[in-house]
Amino acid sequence: MDRNLLDIWVYLSAQPLLWLAVTLAAYLAGYRLFMASHQRAWLNPVALAILLIAGLLAVTGTPYARYFEGAQFVHFLLGPATVALAVPLVRHWARIRRMWLPLAVGLVAGSLTAALSAMAIAWGLGASLRTVLSMAPKSVTTPVAMGIAEKIGGLPSLTAVLVILTGIVGAVLGPGLLARLGIREDEVRGYALGVAAHGIGTARAFQLGSLCGAFAGLAIGLNALLTALLVPLLASMLGLS
Amino acid sequence: MVPALLCLLGCQLLGEALVQLTRAPVPGPVLGMLLLALWLGLVARGRIPAALGQTADVLLAHLSLLFVPAGVGVMLHLQRIAAEWLAIVAALVLSTLLAIAATAIAMRAVLRRLPPPADDGDGDGDGDGRDVHG
Repeated sequence: MDRNLLDIWVYLSAQPLLWLAVTLAAYLAGYRLFMASHQRAWLNPVALAILLIAGLLAVTGTPYARYFEGAQFVHFLLGPATVALAVPLVRHWARIRRMWLPLAVGLVAGSLTAALSAMAIAWGLGASLRTVLSMAPKSVTTPVAMGIAEKIGGLPSLTAVLVILTGIVGAVLGPGLLARLGIREDEVRGYALGVAAHGIGTARAFQLGSLCGAFAGLAIGLNALLTALLVPLLASMLGLS
Repeated sequence: MVPALLCLLGCQLLGEALVQLTRAPVPGPVLGMLLLALWLGLVARGRIPAALGQTADVLLAHLSLLFVPAGVGVMLHLQRIAAEWLAIVAALVLSTLLAIAATAIAMRAVLRRLPPPADDGDGDGDGDGRDVHG
């Protein structure tokens, strides 16, 4: 009996199917919990799913690389989903075109603040140079951020993790901060979440409304462009890479 | 559904190819998004095919699910994070809050200097035949 179960486990745990299913199940569990708690911000579905899966991998002694063989099918969809952000962009184009100047000013302010303050705080608190450089592009969507980190001498895989943690922080604390600042316009709320917290912030923004989500989606693309140009420049100006 | 998926993947593919050709500092999917937006705006004049709209909405409704696999990679960096946890946590939390506040405050400050817009709704593109500039 035990012997058979073990055989089944050994077989399944080597297959992509198991870890793909686990990824979806963990996210669904996180999402259900989030909804059941009346969308309590700190019960972020991504954070819960990551904790559940990392715990399961640790308990079963499964290496991350084997997990990723299954999870890559979900990871792959980040590309087409990024392209799909064009749809809300076009739906709200009339409004976006009218607001190009505030959008440009907000982008420069947010992008510079994100990169410079992250590097300054990490440096000031004694983080290693590698960590500081991996931190610089953390507000940008994962694939871009990893590319930037590689270019300036950070660790791309650490950057991916910092990017996702940033997204979770933005999604959890962002809407509350914006309310405290007295910011009610959906365009501004969504855009700020997208600039600072990329796709995870955008997912949160879509929960606040479709206009909010459209401006967040716009911010992902724009901040990816600006940060890709800006951070390598900043890093070389500061003499870090 | 299939044409819509092909459309998304095709734009991504085109984006990746252009990035390889031009060595642009942008990732392929972001360029793909730009290409699809240009096509929908200029060629389709802001009219989004129903199937494409539905497929995009499905993908974006659970956008955060797609970040889970990369996020689990946190287990590869536990040692570094444990060694530098204070700097990492403080930098992540403070800089993210600062970036949200800076974006929102700067954007609202400029927004308030603009003349109030004649409200033409925020529906499905303006559909008035004017060119949409990318």
